[in-house]
Order: sequence, then structure tokens, then C-alpha cells
Amino acid sequence: MNVQFFIEVLVGGLLSGVMYALVALGFVLIYKASGVFNFAQGAMVFFAVLSFVGFMELGLPFWAALPVTVVLMVATGMLTERFVLRPLVSQSEDTLLMATIGLAFVIEGMAQLVWGVDVRRLDLGIRDEPIGWFMDSTGILVSQLDITAGVVAGLMVAILALIFSRTKVGRGLRAVADDHAAALSVGIPLKHIWGLVWATAGIVALVAGMLWGARSGVQFALIGIALKALPVLIIGGFTSVPGVIVAGLIVGAAEKLTEVYFGPMVGGGIEGWLPYVLAVFFLLIRPEGLFGEKIIRRV
Amino acid sequence: MNAIADMDAPMLAVRNIEVIYNHVILALRGVSMQVSPRSIVALLGANGAGKSTTLKAISTLLASERGEVTKGSIEFRGQRTDRKTPGEMVAMGMVQVMEGRHCFAHLTVEENLLTGAYARRIKGAELKAELERIYAYFPRLKVRRTSLAGYTSGGEQQMTAIGRAMMARPGMLLLDEPSMGLAPQIVAEIFEIVRDLNQKEGVSILLAEQNTNVALKHADYAYVLESGRIMMEGPAAALAENPDVKEFYLGLSTEGRKSFRDVKTYRRRKQWV
Ligand SMILES: Nc1ncnc2c1ncn2[C@@H]1O[C@H](COP(=O)(O)OP(=O)(O)O)[C@@H](O)[C@H]1O
Ligand SMILES: [Mg+2]
Repeated sequence: MNVQFFIEVLVGGLLSGVMYALVALGFVLIYKASGVFNFAQGAMVFFAVLSFVGFMELGLPFWAALPVTVVLMVATGMLTERFVLRPLVSQSEDTLLMATIGLAFVIEGMAQLVWGVDVRRLDLGIRDEPIGWFMDSTGILVSQLDITAGVVAGLMVAILALIFSRTKVGRGLRAVADDHAAALSVGIPLKHIWGLVWATAGIVALVAGMLWGARSGVQFALIGIALKALPVLIIGGFTSVPGVIVAGLIVGAAEKLTEVYFGPMVGGGIEGWLPYVLAVFFLLIRPEGLFGEKIIRRV
Repeated sequence: MNAIADMDAPMLAVRNIEVIYNHVILALRGVSMQVSPRSIVALLGANGAGKSTTLKAISTLLASERGEVTKGSIEFRGQRTDRKTPGEMVAMGMVQVMEGRHCFAHLTVEENLLTGAYARRIKGAELKAELERIYAYFPRLKVRRTSLAGYTSGGEQQMTAIGRAMMARPGMLLLDEPSMGLAPQIVAEIFEIVRDLNQKEGVSILLAEQNTNVALKHADYAYVLESGRIMMEGPAAALAENPDVKEFYLGLSTEGRKSFRDVKTYRRRKQWV
């Protein structure tokens, strides 16, 4: 077996895994804080990057389009929380899920209504070409864009982790995720926390969308890719940030490696279904997911 | 601290409240009670009597459980609480420690305490001083400060929950069954600390308990709830000597425990004979 080629495939897989993980991360944030399964996270990814490209097409340079889109996504997240989820607050989980499914269609529709349905190119100025010196010294082809994507995603996760563990707001958020009633009883403002989480999910969606878009173009198919976040969530556990990151990497690496090495034997297409098979497998043997939060029970 | 201008005015006044859950389940009828500043008042009663409901009506946590005060009024520090949110009640100086402790299991003990000061705009050295103030009452918590609350003992969790509430610097604490599921020794320790908090911090305490014995020992005044009504009230010392309380809540009778209601009808019948 060609080790260099294996590593190239693995790295490529891990990097698509990072992006699955980013989409899943948006789900986890909202699910942890409010118990809402936000079906619209994929639509938010699509909407975010489409808007970003749209603003650039309107003539905004990168450094201006980015903050404008961030503001737009924060607003989208907070308005969604305020006007869709909050009025439904004590409803059943099914009702909330239906609401977010509806929301997904609304956001997709809006995105296309405003920005059109053409496939766009997102040029971040980072070339999708192998890094020369790395190739020369190791013989392995790794794209600059992929490495950038990995670093950006890693940085974002690290920043979020720091915010959660070290800041007052992060502590409040974890408290709300742990026990709503108790959070209410000590005066943690649930509404602020929920608004904040939706805003964060909006920003995460933008980062995920930009990385995906730069690789595969900005198009409706992004929503389909975002659906892969679902097996990632099942494998990683709906409430675990590290869980979905590891699960994302596993899914990404597994699907690319099997596709490349076993795809030809079965005529390809393994990538499409393997994540779901893995997810079902996990549901059977470990339904709480890899690092799904252990329920601490002690009297 | 909020100065108490008028020592005679009750800090908390509950007047004739009725509470209904889900629009149909009547949980409290005509409940009235008062808590004066710096006092400890016990709310006694068997399981299902309506103790938690009363506390939640007062702290306004009831709304999130689809419960509603449909009659009567509640005033805290002279202000009606009908339209207040739990967050506003905390800001006004009232914090409830819920039944079953409800610590944040995946936060450390210290992080749990810190969340109690969430609504106060303090940080740095001031926040640290507040933590130390709480640790002075609960030295065990200081030892366990870095443990996840979910992995601490029941007694430590109860202490964490009370300490967390005290981080808000409340004028009044509502404690819902702090003795639940704890060994007598731990219960005694916690009640000593509660009394200490009451005396040194001047915090008023409304205490719901099934553990009548311990509650009457530490309270100044007590109410006995049964099936959503107040059946009896009086100074704690007097209630502890009351033969009915002795029999039905302190378990000092040979006939075992019965409902206080049964007693009344039983007595009445006896008088007829
Ligand atoms: N969330 C709720 N929904 C409906 N009924 C409730 C709810 N909470 C309590 N009740 C009812 O109200 C009554 C009083 O309960 P509670 O206040 O919890 O009693 P206690 O705290 O004294 O054990 C009980 O009959 C109980 O079934
Ligand atoms: Mg109760």
C-alpha cells in the first residue's frame, strides 16, 4: 500500500470531517441550552454563506462582507429564538422540532429569494493547491485550503471552549444546559442565554458555510451535506461538543477511506450511505453517543 | 443590605391564596401566612400537602410548571409579586432552594456558587470575597470546590444549593425540604448553618419540611398544611407541645401516624357520643 496516498486520503477525510463537525456543533449548542433540535441548522449554513457571497457580489470587500454577514447571522439567530422558539417555550419537543423543520424551509426559501439560485464561487484568496514545500519534503499532497479550513475550525472550537469554561456567560450557559429550573431559581436570565446561543449558532453556521463553500461552491447542495451532521450527532452524542468533533473526524475519515479503497469494488457511492450505517450501528451499541453526557445520578 | 424600616411589617405576606395547576388541579386553598424580618418560619405537612406549591407560588417559579395563583395575593417587602419573574424576585432579594437540591451536576461546586451571583454585577476581588463569605459558613464546600457537584454527597449538594442561593445576597430564603434523604447528623449540621446564616446575615427563612422535629427545633413560628389548607399555626415551641402535632407529626403516639383531618372527625364524633 502507498503510505503517502493513504495519508492524503486520510487528511482529506479528516478535513471534511471537521466541517461536518462544525455543522453539528451548531446543533449541539442549541440542543444543550434549550432542548430544541434545530433542524434548520443546515439551512442556516446555506443562508450564511450565500449572504456572504451575495454581499461580496454587491461590491463589499472581504473584510467588510464578513462583519456584515456576522451581524446578519447574529440577528437571524436572535430573531428566530425570540419570535419562533420563545413563544413555543413550554410546548412538547415534537412541536419544537416541527417548528424548526418549518423554519428550515423558510430560511432556504428566503435565501434563494433574496440571493437567487445560481451556483456561486466563493473565493477566499486561498488556493486549493498542494503546499509546495510540504509536498517536496514528504511527497504528500495537502491542499492549502484544507489546512486553512482545519486551522480555522480548530481555532473556533478552541475559542468557544474557552468561553464556555472560563467566562460568566459560559458558566451561565452550562448551568442552563444542566438544569433549567435551577437556573431560573437563581436568577440566570434564560432568555438572554437562549438568544446568545442562537447567535453563536448563527456564527458557527457562517464559518462552516464559508469553509464548505470555498471547497465545493455555494449551492443548494450544501444543505444535503449539512444533513451528514445528523449521523455525526448520533455518533458523538447530541449534548457533547467534544463528541461531535471526534465523531465528525471519524465520519469524514471513514467515508473517504472506504470510498477510495473499497468504492471501486462496489461501484462507488459508499460516501453517501456509510455515515448513516455507522450511526445506526452506534444507536444499537451506544445510544448516548461516544461522549454523550453521562447522566450523573447520585442521591 | 436592605434596611428594614419597619420591624413590625412582615417581610412576606401571603393572603388567602388559591393555586391551580394545569387549569384544573386545585393544590392550595385559602392559604395565608406571614414571615417577619429575620425570623425562621416552618411550613410543615406530609407529602403532597402543598408545601412546595406554596414556596413556588411565593418565588413565582410556579408559572414554569403550569401552575397559577388564581385568588389572593402575595406581597414581598411591600410589593405585590403577581407580575414578577423569578429573576426579578431574585433581584428583589428572594431565592428559593428547590426540593431535591438541583445543583448543576456538571459544574464544579465553586462554579455552582458563582452562578448564584449571576444576576449581581460583581466580579474580581469582590466576587472572590463573596465566595469566601460562603465558604466560611460551609467549610466542606471549600474542600470540595473543584469537584463536579454531581459527584458530591447529598449533604454537600444541599450545602451547595444553599450556598449558591446565598451568593445572591437574599433577604429571604425559601428552603424546600433541606433534610430530604440525608442522615440525621448531616441534617443537624445543615440546620445549624442555616440558623447561623439567619442570625449573622439576617436572612429570613421560610422552611418547608416533613421532618417536623428538626424544623420545630429551629423555627420561631410554624404553619401546618394539609391537603392544601393551613390546619394549624403557632409559635414553634407551642406547636411542639401540642398533643395533635406530637401525635401526628412528631410520631410520639403509640397509634402510629394518621391524617390530621381524621383526627378532627374522630374527635368530633367522640364529642357526639
Ligand atoms: N406540576 C404539577 N402539576 C400538577 N399537580 C401538581 C404539580 N405539582 C404538585 N402538584 C399537586 O399539588 C399537590 C401539592 O403538591 P406539593 O406542593 O408538591 O406538595 P408537598 O411539597 O407538600 O409534598 C399534590 O397533590 C400534587 O400532586
Ligand atoms: Mg414538596
